[in-house]
Amino acid sequence: MSNELEFLSRRVAAGKLSRRDFLGRAAALGIAAPFANSLLSSAARAAGPVKGGTLKAGLVGGESTNSLDPALMMTQVPFAFGKCWGEMIVELSPDGKLENRIAEDIGSSKDAKVWTLKIRDGVEFHNGKTVTAEDVAATLERHSDEKSKSGALGYMKGIETIKASGKEVVLTLKEANADLPYLLSDYHLIVQPNGGKDKPDAGISAGPYVVKTNEPGVRHGGERFANYWQGDKMGHADQIEVIVINDATARTAALQGGQVNMINRVEPKIVDLIKRVPGVTIRNHAGPGHYVFIMHCNTAPFDNNDLRMALKLAIDREEMLTKVLRGYGSLGNDFPINAAYPLFTEIEQRKYDPDKAKFHYKKSGHDGTVLLRTSDVAFPGAVDASQLFQQSAAKAGIKIELKREPGDGYWNEVWNKQPFCASYWGGRSTQDQMYSTAYLSTADWNDTRFMRPDFDKMVLAARAELDEAKRKQMYHDMAVMVRDEGGLILPMFNQFIDATGAKVDGWVDDPHQELMNGYALAKCWLQA
Amino acid sequence: MSSPILKLIAQRIALGILLLLAISVLIFAGTQILPGDVAQAILGQSATPESLANLREQLGLNDPAYVRYFHWLGGVLTGDLGTAMSSGQDIATSIKGRLWNTLFLAFWAAVVAVPLAIILGLIAVRFRNGWVDKLISGLALASTSFPEFFIGYLLVYFFAVKWQIFPAISTVYDGMPFGERMQAIALPATALTLVVLAHMMRMTRAAILNVMQSAYVETAELKGLSAFAVIRKHAFPNAIAPIINVVMLNLAYLIVGVVVVEVIFVYPGMGQYLVDHVTKRDVPVVQAVGLIFAAVYISLNIIADIAAIVANPRLRHPK
Repeated sequence: MSNELEFLSRRVAAGKLSRRDFLGRAAALGIAAPFANSLLSSAARAAGPVKGGTLKAGLVGGESTNSLDPALMMTQVPFAFGKCWGEMIVELSPDGKLENRIAEDIGSSKDAKVWTLKIRDGVEFHNGKTVTAEDVAATLERHSDEKSKSGALGYMKGIETIKASGKEVVLTLKEANADLPYLLSDYHLIVQPNGGKDKPDAGISAGPYVVKTNEPGVRHGGERFANYWQGDKMGHADQIEVIVINDATARTAALQGGQVNMINRVEPKIVDLIKRVPGVTIRNHAGPGHYVFIMHCNTAPFDNNDLRMALKLAIDREEMLTKVLRGYGSLGNDFPINAAYPLFTEIEQRKYDPDKAKFHYKKSGHDGTVLLRTSDVAFPGAVDASQLFQQSAAKAGIKIELKREPGDGYWNEVWNKQPFCASYWGGRSTQDQMYSTAYLSTADWNDTRFMRPDFDKMVLAARAELDEAKRKQMYHDMAVMVRDEGGLILPMFNQFIDATGAKVDGWVDDPHQELMNGYALAKCWLQA
Repeated sequence: MSSPILKLIAQRIALGILLLLAISVLIFAGTQILPGDVAQAILGQSATPESLANLREQLGLNDPAYVRYFHWLGGVLTGDLGTAMSSGQDIATSIKGRLWNTLFLAFWAAVVAVPLAIILGLIAVRFRNGWVDKLISGLALASTSFPEFFIGYLLVYFFAVKWQIFPAISTVYDGMPFGERMQAIALPATALTLVVLAHMMRMTRAAILNVMQSAYVETAELKGLSAFAVIRKHAFPNAIAPIINVVMLNLAYLIVGVVVVEVIFVYPGMGQYLVDHVTKRDVPVVQAVGLIFAAVYISLNIIADIAAIVANPRLRHPK
């Protein structure tokens, strides 16, 4: 890199040279624009965040039925807005480590059954009250109440008692769980005054922005919280705004037209077109999300492992990855874990093998068609993917009949009800969480009807194991079991594809969720 | 004004109210035959027999259908539309803002579309079968033939992305300055105008041409009036009833048929509200919106009828 360019980029960051002049100089020196741009943004990051302005995001995933109650957050808009006004107990940092937020320190007893959270001093709620251990305890209580509708209830049920004393919250678990701190990073667990027991949808927490506008399904707005405890790290823009734009074309148009600074869910098929738009940067990165075809292991004909294996071998993953995701993803291997998880281990990649599929299909004794239900809402491109599956299976002599279901009611009537359908998973932060949510016999969302007492035992044992090497081996064995005997066909992991406009800076890729794990609005800034 | 007209008008209004009642029965019945009952829809997969029973009791689902119908109707008549099941918000409050937004957009689309359509129709008649007529008809037909989303995307592409004159999305909110609001709705209003323009224009043209066949128009022409004067003074007033009819029909469309345009331009109106709640099977909201849409349709049709009656000289001047 030329010294001159570096010098110039610092001058731009300091506001002494215009961006346009810089790009002109870079072109004169024979530097391609994308490289020059990246040079600029790293210089700007080095120069530090710029305060001020209004940062706007146009996001899919908001409905007029949304509420500010963290327990009820399900889709992308409440999630992303929640990270702006809410403060968490702990959070995952982009490199996969745990970052303490309201908890200053987390420690456990040797058997991973009793956990102690030390609450940070001097963090203030938007209503002026200081965050206390009681508030944190009340928050956890609310989300672990059997009667609560909280999306985090599944993990929180494992907590037996919650006690606040002084500056500490002590949690006693029913079963040992080495992953507890990861579970506490669940985005539903926004700390609220008295746990939100009085008024759950008041929108009051200790995050960098104070809720100013809340029009569900239309827009949400926040103003910087003057007393935010980490003002140097977050809350750079004076104001933030989330505009709900569920239509993909409208979303890209809003970014191109400059009405918003960032958008989520760019469709893979248009990424290459968007890349050509001046000033727009595509932010794609791998994550734990995956697209699946799920079979019920307890329903004929899928109760036969040979038939399941035949179907797993009859899918052409590579073709699907290039044609449906246009390469913005990675190959799946029929178990729901990839490198986004801390304790991931490689397992031999399963490949398309029509001959082997034919063999298993014959052995299963099933002939006739297999009915696969699909819909556009199952995942973007699900109908195309199902057709590809149908064709590749036909080459192995397996007839798949496709039934295209209406998107309306798909999640109520088809998913988790019908024996074979297309679906997707957003992934979880730990392997334990993923397996507990969907592969334990008793899991609410056991959508493959995978009921294996031996597997359940392995999950519980791994949960209590503090020795990392041993745990890794356990998770490896569990993955092999799901892969070879489960009802999951997982052709591909999808990437999160977000995009930002010309003046956005401070972006850091985060593998956990889209939009920097929801923090894009809180952590990015607008160049001066 | 004399009594026959008043009587006719009173009849129309009474008929309209009856019709609305009939529709309310239909809407109610329609939502009853949806698969699964409301309680099942709310609780979804987590429904246990006890919680279902509790919720049924709470929602009054154990009463016979006609009791629930009259309960609902009574609420509607007193302005109580109930609460949305999915969010627990008061429906009347949420609808007020949405309805206002939809009416605002429809109003400005109509302000542009109606006069434009009628003037273009008049011009087309004046130069009938000439190139001006053909050009107007051709363009209007083209704009109508494209699906709404296509027109919407074209407008967005040129005016928002390429030239950046208007915003691509039309999120409006309370307390937005009037100028900004107008700028925000510029594109959806244009899209709506293009969608309804041709229908009104063609009907205006046809209605006037129809009248142009009459003997009194010939007389007017023979006495040497200019072509425009003939149309304005003799043909148009006699063609006004069918024109009002088609205008009202399109006004109704501007209010109840804008779902696609609202979604494309992210406009917070009734259409989006309805779509959101249909996917959640939020029956009370769907019922309320359905009833409001029906009321809009019926009242605009009554207005069209009344206008036609008033415009009819035979009724205006009874023997």
